[in-house]
Amino acid sequence: MAILTKDEAKKIVDKVLGYSKADEMSVTLNGNRTGNIRYARNNVSTSGETDNMSLAVTAVFGKKVGSATINEFDDASLEKTVRRAEETARLAPENPEYVPMLGPQKYIETGAYAESTAKINPEFRAQAAFDSIDPCSKKNLTAAGYMEDSAGFTAIANSKGLFGYNPVTSVEFSVTTRTADGTGSGYASRDYNDVSKLSTKEATEVAMNKALASTNAKALEPGKYTVILEPTAAGDLIGLMMNSLDARNAEEGRSFLSRKGGGTRLGEKFFDERITIYSDPANAEIPGSPFAGGGGGGGGGRFGGGGVDGRPQEKTLWVENGIIKNMSYSQFWAQKSGVKGTPPARGFIMQGGNQSLLDLIKSTQKGILVTRFWYIRAVDPQTLLYTGLTRDGTFLIENGQIKYPVKNFRFNESPVIMLNNVEALGKPVRSGGVLIPPMKIRDFTFSSLSDAV
Amino acid sequence: MNRRDFLQLTGLSAGAFLLPDSAVFGRSVAPEALLEPGVDVAVKKRLADAALNAAKAKGASYTDVRIGRYLRQFVITREDKVQNIVNTESYGVGVRVIVDGCWGFASVVEAKSEAQTAKAAEEAVAIAKANARLMKQPVQLAPQKGFGEVSWKAPIKKNAFEVPIKEKVDLLLTVNDAALKNGANYVNSVLFMVNEQKYFASSDGSYIDQDIHRLWPTFTVTAIDPKSGKFETRSELSAPMGMGYDYLQANPSDKITGITTRYNKGYDMLEDVTSAAKHAKQKLTAKSVEAGKYDLVLDPSHLWLTIHESVGHPLELDRVLGYEANFAGTSFATLDKWKSKNFNYGSKQVNLFADKTQVGSLGAVGWDDEGVACKKWDLVKDGTLVNYQAIRDQVHIIGENESQGCCYADNWSSVQFQRMANVSLAAGKTPLSVEQMIKDVKKGIYIIGDGSFSIDQQRYNFQFGGQLFYEIKDGQIAGMLKDVAYQSNTQEFWNSCVQICDEKDYRLGGSFFDGKGQPMQVSAVSHGSSTTRFNGVNVINTARKI
Repeated sequence: MAILTKDEAKKIVDKVLGYSKADEMSVTLNGNRTGNIRYARNNVSTSGETDNMSLAVTAVFGKKVGSATINEFDDASLEKTVRRAEETARLAPENPEYVPMLGPQKYIETGAYAESTAKINPEFRAQAAFDSIDPCSKKNLTAAGYMEDSAGFTAIANSKGLFGYNPVTSVEFSVTTRTADGTGSGYASRDYNDVSKLSTKEATEVAMNKALASTNAKALEPGKYTVILEPTAAGDLIGLMMNSLDARNAEEGRSFLSRKGGGTRLGEKFFDERITIYSDPANAEIPGSPFAGGGGGGGGGRFGGGGVDGRPQEKTLWVENGIIKNMSYSQFWAQKSGVKGTPPARGFIMQGGNQSLLDLIKSTQKGILVTRFWYIRAVDPQTLLYTGLTRDGTFLIENGQIKYPVKNFRFNESPVIMLNNVEALGKPVRSGGVLIPPMKIRDFTFSSLSDAV
Repeated sequence: MNRRDFLQLTGLSAGAFLLPDSAVFGRSVAPEALLEPGVDVAVKKRLADAALNAAKAKGASYTDVRIGRYLRQFVITREDKVQNIVNTESYGVGVRVIVDGCWGFASVVEAKSEAQTAKAAEEAVAIAKANARLMKQPVQLAPQKGFGEVSWKAPIKKNAFEVPIKEKVDLLLTVNDAALKNGANYVNSVLFMVNEQKYFASSDGSYIDQDIHRLWPTFTVTAIDPKSGKFETRSELSAPMGMGYDYLQANPSDKITGITTRYNKGYDMLEDVTSAAKHAKQKLTAKSVEAGKYDLVLDPSHLWLTIHESVGHPLELDRVLGYEANFAGTSFATLDKWKSKNFNYGSKQVNLFADKTQVGSLGAVGWDDEGVACKKWDLVKDGTLVNYQAIRDQVHIIGENESQGCCYADNWSSVQFQRMANVSLAAGKTPLSVEQMIKDVKKGIYIIGDGSFSIDQQRYNFQFGGQLFYEIKDGQIAGMLKDVAYQSNTQEFWNSCVQICDEKDYRLGGSFFDGKGQPMQVSAVSHGSSTTRFNGVNVINTARKI
């Protein structure tokens, strides 16, 4: 198995750096064992496992950068890779946006590795699939699902003494269950670092209940509705907004954060004051990486170096009480702007309240419950307008109760507008690598009906 | 997933790249390595035979071996800077077997010896045997004759990898310079180049050597009006093509002139970016569309994506059967509709066909990834649904004895499965030019280039944007519009098709990075059409205030 300890990894990257004749050199060493199982029509269709370890070297002469990769680890191969990276760098055009590599950094321990996940084997996966298929077969429902697990590490280092090591495990599971007549469909997904938190049976039961409850949906007129977005639905839309916080785009005038007349809207109140969003690589529910990508290379990682740049990931407030508190910076743009510059976050935490999804439903006189969205695409980057559809369980709520299933809608909505129309926020849960509350939003725009189930 | 999402996903649109190794791209190499010959065909045959024999000895009733070398080069720039030059190579062998009626698959990286490929075959057999215990219905594989030792080469004139990187960088930086000189504030441009060297051998007696080339020149220009705080973009009107570098040498006959120049088998990137910069500026002050019903005149540079989403995907048999239910979704085009022989997919004018032989298309090959010779067949004939896209273990479900040749894997390490063929709209049979078509439209919008796209999981309801929108009033182009998207339902939309321009206007568009499956695989596919008119389509205004 290609999971090296910190010491084993350090030995290899130190050896590689020892071969360097470049002005600067960075190394990223990745090892990963990934397995998956896929099923459809209540039958396992494919399953597999791959084990891979590879090394990327970035060499720099002045502002010329070159990279090479290898997955053989004998001394001769390592040295050859260093020479190839150096050769490529010498021939490369100069990168005016090159930023010198960082020196030693302090990285926090994130606790993203769970032994239980690293131990997953083909039998475990077969059982997980069986636990999902079997209850569906018994209820005459059809299951299609996918589980993917991964265990690995990343080690980064450079010739200026930077070294970081991060072991990570993850498991993702999703299942769609459909009724035999095709008029009902339900969905559930789970993702964890620690597989002992996953029950494919529990998740499948949620999907089964949605499928059975969503048959024979009635059509409602499209228009503006109060919606309750389950965390999966909310997380997808808010996640797209969180990926659009780049300072350079904002300052260049091509972002929803660009200000009329020039400059950005940093520090402005943008959303309802209950909205607070931050990132924290050490959060126990969604532990992330302690460093932003690989060991250097600059230019936003565009010149290799195995990712972004090796800056430490720290707890960062992005939105506080509705005010934009931070934008994300590439190393180059931070230097140019003369600011410290936070790297983009991986995963985020949106604060909510204590109410459960059921509490939100109970407090709703009339609204639509949305399980998830599908095929979300940007329509206008200026306003962060997105379109997409509801899928796998859409219901009318009346007087605090789920009344009946409704046909799926297409929406055209911006998360910026949405977060100004907040009625209530529930208790955050993990979904798709983020912690996100279920949320009740008024005046959500559904623009047309879909016949899809 | 589609091409622009792929760019977003890989961070290529922002220029970010390069993790040490990725399943899709393989390892990073020097550009010269892309011209090295790779493993000799005689050696490949020996490697393949070793796997075929090993699998047979272990009880496989069918085996195929794919020896693949996948080469890629991406040149990525913005304004006056080269952001990245990526050269990757991925070489390995994948072996697929049927044992006890069940599929098994195993692969081996950098396989150079017969012992390695034989071992992969034995692993595939072991997996098939393990999975057979869970199997409810054995695989029914359509018979396929062996072709012996054969080969196919994409008919390219100039291998893109033979062109020095400096020449490519110079082209993109010249393109960027032209954009900035013509009013753009920012410009990103990329050249994507791919060469798949694939060797396929099967227990049917085929040994097929193929050489496939693809290229996609692309850019986005941005114009900003600081006063209003607004910005607009315009992306390329090129198509990704199954061609060599020759696509970038446009002859006058490759250009379709009109309100803006569009391109056929040759692309003038410099000319297009010059227009694009002007268009982006023009969009800033263009009229915001009034929502309502319009007759749409759709250029092939736009219509390809609507065909891809509303015809190509729903007519994939694996989706129809439910194999993609948890990810891409299923299909409204169910078997009962096909069996009825009278399902009205579109109006009488609508003839949609699949064709893996079309020269210059992204999907053109001699044989698919399970040794089936490629061909052309009808999907929708005179408006009626007549067929699907299928592979060898599915065709019995639609009563065919022979696969249509739609099997593809994006890498030697991926399991081949059903992927979309080139699906195209046949040109109109009576002579009709775009100008003649527009002359008859009272209230319409002429749309050029692809933009935002979204469709539901059974492919009923869709919404599409575009790059350029022109208002048509009483048969005349009345000016540029913005904030346009149209929504429709697949069957309604294709039934509102009233006119299709003739063969002279027929052009390809396509997707370089179409995603499907879990774990996801990408494929490249083209869609041809001539300019087409659809009546009374619902147009929405997408402008918002935040």
